[in-house]
Amino acid sequence: MLEIIQNFGPTLLEAMGKTLTMAFYSLIFASIIGLIFGVFAVVKNKFLNILAQIFVDIIRGVPMIVLAYFVFFGIPYACKNMLGFNLTLSALEAGIICLSLNCGAYMAEIIRGGIQAVPKGQMEAARSLGLPYLTAMRQIILPQAIRTMIPSIINQFIITLKDTSILSIIGFPELVNSAKGVVALTFKSFQVWAIVGVMYLIIITILSKLAKVLERRLSYEYKHKRHN
Amino acid sequence: MNTNISDTIKISVKDLHKSFGKNEVLCGISADVKEGEVVCVIGPSGGGKSTFLRCINKLEDVTKGQIVVDEYEITDKKVDINKARQNIGMVFQQFNLFPNKTVLENIMLAPVDCKLLTKEEAKVRALELLKRVGIEDKANAYPHSLSGGQQQRVAIARALAMNPDVMLFDEPTSALDPEMVGEVLAVMKELAEQGMTMVIVTHEMGFARDVADRVLFIADGVICEEGTPAEIFDNPQQKRTQDFLAAVL
Repeated sequence: MLEIIQNFGPTLLEAMGKTLTMAFYSLIFASIIGLIFGVFAVVKNKFLNILAQIFVDIIRGVPMIVLAYFVFFGIPYACKNMLGFNLTLSALEAGIICLSLNCGAYMAEIIRGGIQAVPKGQMEAARSLGLPYLTAMRQIILPQAIRTMIPSIINQFIITLKDTSILSIIGFPELVNSAKGVVALTFKSFQVWAIVGVMYLIIITILSKLAKVLERRLSYEYKHKRHN
Repeated sequence: MNTNISDTIKISVKDLHKSFGKNEVLCGISADVKEGEVVCVIGPSGGGKSTFLRCINKLEDVTKGQIVVDEYEITDKKVDINKARQNIGMVFQQFNLFPNKTVLENIMLAPVDCKLLTKEEAKVRALELLKRVGIEDKANAYPHSLSGGQQQRVAIARALAMNPDVMLFDEPTSALDPEMVGEVLAVMKELAEQGMTMVIVTHEMGFARDVADRVLFIADGVICEEGTPAEIFDNPQQKRTQDFLAAVL
């Protein structure tokens, strides 16, 4: 075990870094996608409502592995053979696109639910003061919605972090892919996969703890205490 | 009773109809409210009182009819509804204070965001209003630490911060503990005496009798009867009004 850590530790750590890089960018884009489609789902506009619904249904209805093959192989193929130009996506780019779309769809649902959980009177009160819809959304509704959404969002972030491992199938050298290489060299699958498991566990535990702190900080009780 | 009433019509409602799906809640309501007038709307639950009030600032879309508040035709699709609403304060049954903001921030938000006042001006005004409703010591508290009566008084201050010409009250004391009703009604009464144009949906018959210049009795989506408090409470003409008053008084 120690021997593996000594010899392949740096490789695995570097791979972990790639996993985190991919997850990091994906989560940023997913949050933007989620916010846009989440708001689309609640505004008073049938067209945008349907658009959001279609997006969520499609992404939720397709396994991510299929989405990954489609983005990495299908889309460049279509560009070359049907549209007549070359598009090459690196495994990292394709991976980020997949994860962003996938996580974005679930985020949209979380954000929609969070917004709808804010009592209707809040929007009415804000609008009755003459505030425009988007101002009311930004100042009043979203800050309240975020509080209820935080646990689900963190949960989704953790799922997405773990889903980076699915992208090993398009050849991105993230943690699982690198570990496969180490197993091939050493034949010690028990030790290698145990190490990889613990690495994921550590990262995700840290993330969960951070989430708890964030959740507590955003609570009204905490703000109240600070004021008095 | 009220010497503040002028001849200028502040709110004009003509043949207002409102349906939710197939259910017609308002079936042709017409009423004018003059500047400085205090109109109390009473009637049975589900009779359309609140819907009538919510149509005035377009929280409900009107099915048919015309509503004009000052120079704003609320029922005109092209009206700048945000501008119109800045002129119409509203106080809700459930207070609807913003829990993520302090009392002061609740009051300052709209005037600053709508660029009516600078931050400093808004703060001065907010503190002034809090003093007026008797809770300046709660300026930095969050709403959840306030009693219902205090929250409703903040809500009134918040609406007043926009310096509206008209105030709408939607059952402002119905969600309050009985011992807190008085403090809210006192603030409203003071406001009425200062000449604010007010439309108040209420179940507080004593308050309506005391403060209203005119009472509308709305039932089954129409104004069943209207008149001075004395006319409505002491000598109701319609059977429907008599039955209602007999049940609540």
